Amino acid sequence: MVLVQQVLFLLVSIFAIALFARKISNIRKAIFLGKKESINDRKADRWKQVLFLALGQKKMFKKPIPAILHAFVYVGFILINIEVVEILVDGLFGTERAFKPYLGGLYTVALSFFEILAALVLVGVIAFWIRRNILKLKRFTSPELQGAPLQDANLILYIEIVLMSMLLLMNAADPEANFLISKHLKPLFSNWSESTTHLFMRITWWGHILGIFAFLNYLPYSKHLHIIMAFPNAYYSRLDPQGTVANMPEIQQEVLYMMEPATAPATTDAAPMSFGAKDVTDLSWKHLLDAFSCTECGRCTEQCPANITGKKLSPRKIMMDTRDRAEAVCAQMDKQGNIVPDGKSLLHDYISVEELRACTTCNACVEACPVGIEPLSIIMQLRRNLIMEESNAPQEWNMMFGNIENNMAPWKLSPDDRDAWTQS
Amino acid sequence: MNIKSMAAFAAEGSSPEILFWVGCAGSFDQRAQRVTKAFASILEKVGLSFAILGKEEMCTGDPARRSGNEFLFQMMAYNNIQTMNAYNIKRIVTTCPHCFNVLKNEYPALGGNYEVVHHTTLIQELINDGRIQLKEGGSFKGKRITYHDSCYLGRANNVYEAPRAVLEALDVELVEMKRCRTNGLCCGAGGAQMFKEDEPGTTRINFERSEEALATGASIIASNCPFCTTMLSDGVKKFEQEDNVQIMDIAELVAASLK
Ligand code: HEM
Ligand code: SF4
Ligand code: SF4
Repeated sequence: MVLVQQVLFLLVSIFAIALFARKISNIRKAIFLGKKESINDRKADRWKQVLFLALGQKKMFKKPIPAILHAFVYVGFILINIEVVEILVDGLFGTERAFKPYLGGLYTVALSFFEILAALVLVGVIAFWIRRNILKLKRFTSPELQGAPLQDANLILYIEIVLMSMLLLMNAADPEANFLISKHLKPLFSNWSESTTHLFMRITWWGHILGIFAFLNYLPYSKHLHIIMAFPNAYYSRLDPQGTVANMPEIQQEVLYMMEPATAPATTDAAPMSFGAKDVTDLSWKHLLDAFSCTECGRCTEQCPANITGKKLSPRKIMMDTRDRAEAVCAQMDKQGNIVPDGKSLLHDYISVEELRACTTCNACVEACPVGIEPLSIIMQLRRNLIMEESNAPQEWNMMFGNIENNMAPWKLSPDDRDAWTQS
Repeated sequence: MNIKSMAAFAAEGSSPEILFWVGCAGSFDQRAQRVTKAFASILEKVGLSFAILGKEEMCTGDPARRSGNEFLFQMMAYNNIQTMNAYNIKRIVTTCPHCFNVLKNEYPALGGNYEVVHHTTLIQELINDGRIQLKEGGSFKGKRITYHDSCYLGRANNVYEAPRAVLEALDVELVEMKRCRTNGLCCGAGGAQMFKEDEPGTTRINFERSEEALATGASIIASNCPFCTTMLSDGVKKFEQEDNVQIMDIAELVAASLK
């Protein structure tokens, strides 16, 4: 019986981990649909970002209540995983509580500590569920969160509730165990026979580990991927002042050749290029990493002046659309071997001109994001494509462009009057 | 005002301590011109030698770049950098946070390397050094004033304290809006929005922000950006408070309080 369980456990583990690895390599592929961009300078500062933003949850604490609830879940998850190591050892070697003999009295202390964490995770997760489904906080009820994203958020919370309950019930059913929280659940099993409680213990043990594997494999399809991606994303996040817009060296070159024709090469064999981004393949891989790291928390949208005043723009939607589009392109590529145009693009089919136009480039979304995501950077790339590839600008902007070109100022005023103020 | 240009300095074979980058709004917009003059009067009073580029100054290209027109931005940048490098400019002060951001953060990649300060920072330094002398019990002492963080000075460049330190030196009663510093709400002008109508929505961004500023009960809204000043003035008018509440640039507050 034990051997059967061991073999079964081994097979399930291999299957679950292989499935997870395959999906992760798929996501890797989706991220590298984006253009190459080297981000590897200032390593010490980057590790600092990982330490403060991701590990230290620095920006989460701008909102203390969700930050504390999240900290319960976050710390619980990381530390309870130490216990999962024991579960894996037990499963593989057919042991029960393999670490117990080595730890002696400490074992009860450690497990009691884990139980406290598990209980706090439960508190956190239930509170999250209430905030989302009963209190219906504004952040969680925007149009882009209806349907699948809401189900995703809830499913994750349900899985965590089941996982933590299994852990506590398993310990409660164990006659040998006497841990801080589960001991209060023991009365539940008081009139059960020894063999029934043992069977129940095995079932909860299996329930817990199968739950973990299910969770692992659901992650990559979910906004919950952030629990992995938040770390690399913090590493690669922006170190320059937020106001700096990415330079376009190809246009810089072109302007230089125009102004100083002598510097231009005699022949131009440069392939025709397109400016800005129309689709995910025109964005940088970092933009796509951003999209896959997004927790869909809506802190960006909550701060967005355009969104606050009722415009269609929502920086969270920009991130969700970018991820959806990257996944769609990647799925199509898997099916057909290479990218075949499907007549759709991120610009227009996912993100509309009206949304893009409403952005004031105020950086509130970038500042708000606890994961170091930059919705504005994607907006800028799409805007560049609109203007430079499609000449799609409102009439007033075309007039402004004309004025800058002819009068060196955005208004129709004579450049000769630029210093007129000194005379009055 | 007798304001010298870089060309005039060059003709004498000398150079000023600092270039005052006036910007398009500061040069052409009537309201912003008052700020330009106020700031120039502070520099004159302090005896800091400065010059303007005058007719040689061009738009930095900020609204072009942020609306997506990189070609136009690069052309403006090329011309401005040529001009400034020819004069061997080292240090620049500007009264516009958009110009400040472009000159400081975006021109270096294009070959324009200067030490750039925003006027509020320079004013604060001059007060600290004792070079700006303020009247005892100046005109704003004890006045309820709120301060609006512009996006391009605040979040874009992390300058939050210098303008507030200046207000403190003026002995005003500084009341913060709920959304301030890193959480400050945009006035609605950035990203070339100044030059077009809003997209359809429930209200305008400058109305939303002005309402918040008015709710502080302040009689003066202090600003650091010509575009914010315009947007907030329009917003205050919308709520018919223009007779009770003034929008004033930090430079104007200081210029009116000089000894
Ligand atoms: C490694 C363990 C982690 C776990 C187990 C975890 C778990 C969770 C859970 C369960 C939620 C859902 C809350 C809801 O339904 O609203 C959540 C949301 C979130 N997580 Fe994590 N997380 C982890 C790591 C991180 C990291 C490293 C960051 C980076 C700062 C982060 C940032 C967020 C944010 C911003 C939200 C949205 C919270 C909100 O709406 O206020 N998480 N996380
Ligand atoms: S930068 Fe644009 S998208 Fe981001 S908060 Fe500001 S207006 Fe909204
Ligand atoms: S971009 Fe950042 S702030 Fe916005 S929803 Fe995603 S994780 Fe939250």
